[in-house]
Amino acid sequence: MSSLERHTYDVVVIGAGGAGLRAAIEAREQGQRTAIICKSLFGKAHTVMAEGGIAASMGNVNSKDSWQVHFCDSLRGGKFLNNPRMVELHAKEAPDRVWELETYGALFDRTPDGRISQRNFGGHEYPRLAHVGDRTGLELIRTLQQKIVSLQQEDLKEFGDAEARIKVFAELTITELVKDGDAIAGAFGYYRESGNFVLFEAPAIIMATGGIGKSFKVTSNSWEYTGDGHALALRAGANLINMEFVQFHPTGMIWPPSVKGILVTESVRGDGGILTNSEGKRFMFDYVPDVFRSQYAKSEAEGDRWYDDQENNKRPPELLPRDEVARAINSEVKAGRGTPHGGVYLDVSSRMTPEVIRKKLPAMYQQFLELADVDITATPFEVGPTCHYVMGGVEVDADTEGTAVPGLFACGEVSGGMHGANRLGGNSLSDLIVFGRRAGTGAAAYVVGLGDKRPAVSESDLDAAGKAALAPFHADAASGPDGGATPAPENPYTVHTELQQTMSNLVGIIRREGELSEALEELKSLRVRAQRAAVEGHRQFNPGWHLALDLRNMLDVSECIAKSALERHESRGGHTREDFPTMDPNWRGVNLVCHLSPGGDGVELTHKPVPTIRPDLLALFDRSELDKYMTAPELAVLDDPKAGSEVAGGQA
Amino acid sequence: MSYNASFKVWRGDNDKGDLNDYTVEVNEGEVLLDVIHRLQATQVPDLAVRWNCKAGKCGSCSAEVNGKPSLLCMTRMNTFVPEETVTVTPLRTFPVIRDLVTDVSFNYEKARQIPAFAPPKGVAPGEYRMAQVDVERSQEFRKCIECFLCQDVCHVVRDHDDNKKSFSGPRFLIRAAELDMHPLDAMTDRATFARDEQGIGLCNITKCCTEVCPEHIKITDNAIIPMKERVVDRRYDPLVWLGSKIGIRHD
Repeated sequence: MSSLERHTYDVVVIGAGGAGLRAAIEAREQGQRTAIICKSLFGKAHTVMAEGGIAASMGNVNSKDSWQVHFCDSLRGGKFLNNPRMVELHAKEAPDRVWELETYGALFDRTPDGRISQRNFGGHEYPRLAHVGDRTGLELIRTLQQKIVSLQQEDLKEFGDAEARIKVFAELTITELVKDGDAIAGAFGYYRESGNFVLFEAPAIIMATGGIGKSFKVTSNSWEYTGDGHALALRAGANLINMEFVQFHPTGMIWPPSVKGILVTESVRGDGGILTNSEGKRFMFDYVPDVFRSQYAKSEAEGDRWYDDQENNKRPPELLPRDEVARAINSEVKAGRGTPHGGVYLDVSSRMTPEVIRKKLPAMYQQFLELADVDITATPFEVGPTCHYVMGGVEVDADTEGTAVPGLFACGEVSGGMHGANRLGGNSLSDLIVFGRRAGTGAAAYVVGLGDKRPAVSESDLDAAGKAALAPFHADAASGPDGGATPAPENPYTVHTELQQTMSNLVGIIRREGELSEALEELKSLRVRAQRAAVEGHRQFNPGWHLALDLRNMLDVSECIAKSALERHESRGGHTREDFPTMDPNWRGVNLVCHLSPGGDGVELTHKPVPTIRPDLLALFDRSELDKYMTAPELAVLDDPKAGSEVAGGQA
Repeated sequence: MSYNASFKVWRGDNDKGDLNDYTVEVNEGEVLLDVIHRLQATQVPDLAVRWNCKAGKCGSCSAEVNGKPSLLCMTRMNTFVPEETVTVTPLRTFPVIRDLVTDVSFNYEKARQIPAFAPPKGVAPGEYRMAQVDVERSQEFRKCIECFLCQDVCHVVRDHDDNKKSFSGPRFLIRAAELDMHPLDAMTDRATFARDEQGIGLCNITKCCTEVCPEHIKITDNAIIPMKERVVDRRYDPLVWLGSKIGIRHD
């Protein structure tokens, strides 16, 4: 490919949300020439949608908070399936990462004594979320964006070139990772604007592409969330873990149809909002699972008192972790106690004055007024579950974010392990900055370690990548697996819609064996049809073409989700099986790992033990709480360390 | 309730293009971006449009609707009568890339010219103390979603490409005001910068920017006018003038 645009960098960060930008800042500050690749414009990444806040145990509102409490909350939220080392690093480092944002210019809401204010959130024992009203994600993105601009201003002064050491490539999509032997050598993609191809030669690539929500019909995620990083890493030889765990946020907007899926922040509940069914009943009191019973209020009166006096009262069950609330709403609707459009009511109007609502939840107030014509200060509104987050992702080393592929790193939503079976609200933004920074450090150290021995890109790989990217323009002539008797070309938008229906109907909140098998069959046929996805017109800013290319990623990811969901015979966090409705301690120690089959033409699934929880970390929990999660042999070892040498690892 | 509505959508690139007529189904509760997506999915798969969040939070889907700078995702279809033909065109102030997508790099260049937040010396991370009432003034401007509708509507640059060099536009005047009002920003001459480098004097406060802001930021009243006053204070206050002549620093 002689006319190909080529760039050489030390580190290339794919993805420009919170994790990608933080990683890029770190790599650049450690002296590496760094490129940032955004699928959209700089500063538009999906992180802007995050509302509630950044979880960090600064203890500004309740001084009892500590990293240990944050650690326990996160592990409990993840149903003890988390990578414990990641949870530990996250809990320990989040406060420093938040304070660092202030030195970049972030302006968080304040406590009366001038420190960063912290709010309550589901699953967090103390007020822990640093926030800016309900637009915390926007503040995070803008702050990191402006920090990058300031680094560019430094470079302009020093080198006369603002982009000497850090450059943003906007509206650029990567379609292939290029390797030299086992190691990463670069990334190949196209500019959305021109359709022209571009190659980044770089020994280290940090994947920070976010999630997979666009594989589902109702989602809070934007169009970018097509699982690109998951699929690119998988095809490059990395492992994906925990892909069965998909978080459905309990409160998405459901009416009118055009806003279906858009998030209603959890702060609405954290600040006093309650959930009621069509009979006016505050139903969450009926859905407190045993493992949480001691931490939640037993009566409405106690729950209400908690907002003013958290020392002497337990929190209301509206603030249970997201998976619990989503399942409860699902059950109420199924039982015929749903709202006209198939959800439940969320009410702040009877709980706070209009002035307080507008002050505490300004963006929510505007969002409902302008998008749905609903005044949340005057009336309850309908909400229902929406696909929000994937806990699963690329398996990484907790300290460096390195993957099984030398030179490939991953951080943020695209990585797996940190959140286990279910993520707590507020733990995502903190995840981005804690592990974004660590990935930047990890990649920088890797590049330094390579010295002059950099992997090289082969021309034949580039030709193949180019051909694959242009295939949708020649789909008419393409022969399918039937060897020539190819049926008519497919409309990529239609294939995408059917994929979303398959995933929502068959691999949604409540899963069953038969439906999961059916989903895998349908995915197989959709994959064949996607190969015939044809596009018209030109390469300049052609959304049909872009979708046709993204489809392959969505199909890879969907297959991993469905396969893992079929394999896990229990219900835990973001994975609920109707045919296996309870949590099984034998499965707690098992990570399901997806990787490319040896032939490279499909996904294989294997079992792998969840990393062991260190004894000093395990000691942070009450022994009685561990009873609920661990197997008898694991507990026996706990009680008598000499009784056995293996603590972790289930038998399933 | 569904009906078929008439649309005129501009298609082309920076050299040539024109309005095309389309009839597209509209359903209850939809916004204009839904209709553009339906048009894309059923009639013109290569119609170029930028969008991301579809909730008025990312500022990607900026365009002009019947001539008014708007976010497509925040334009509810029930604000039009069913018989009305709705015209959708790209932002006029920026070069067209294709169809409804424009080249907004002007804004990123201007962003890079404003000196960044200067952290206070001697205050360690974690030791920042600010009163809520003080941060709120800057927080209003940090609500900006960078949709650039204010940049598009501003008549200083809308039909005057020559002014683009010397004028940073409302979006970056609020950035200057935000930093100026930041309780801990260590840089002291942001008003001078706004005058000399951002061309704040070119703004004659017609408030068009405030009118189109989807975040309802009071751009003119709360940012530009106070910044103009600061410029005037520094430059024309006789005491400051005298002080500067006899060597008294006044920040």
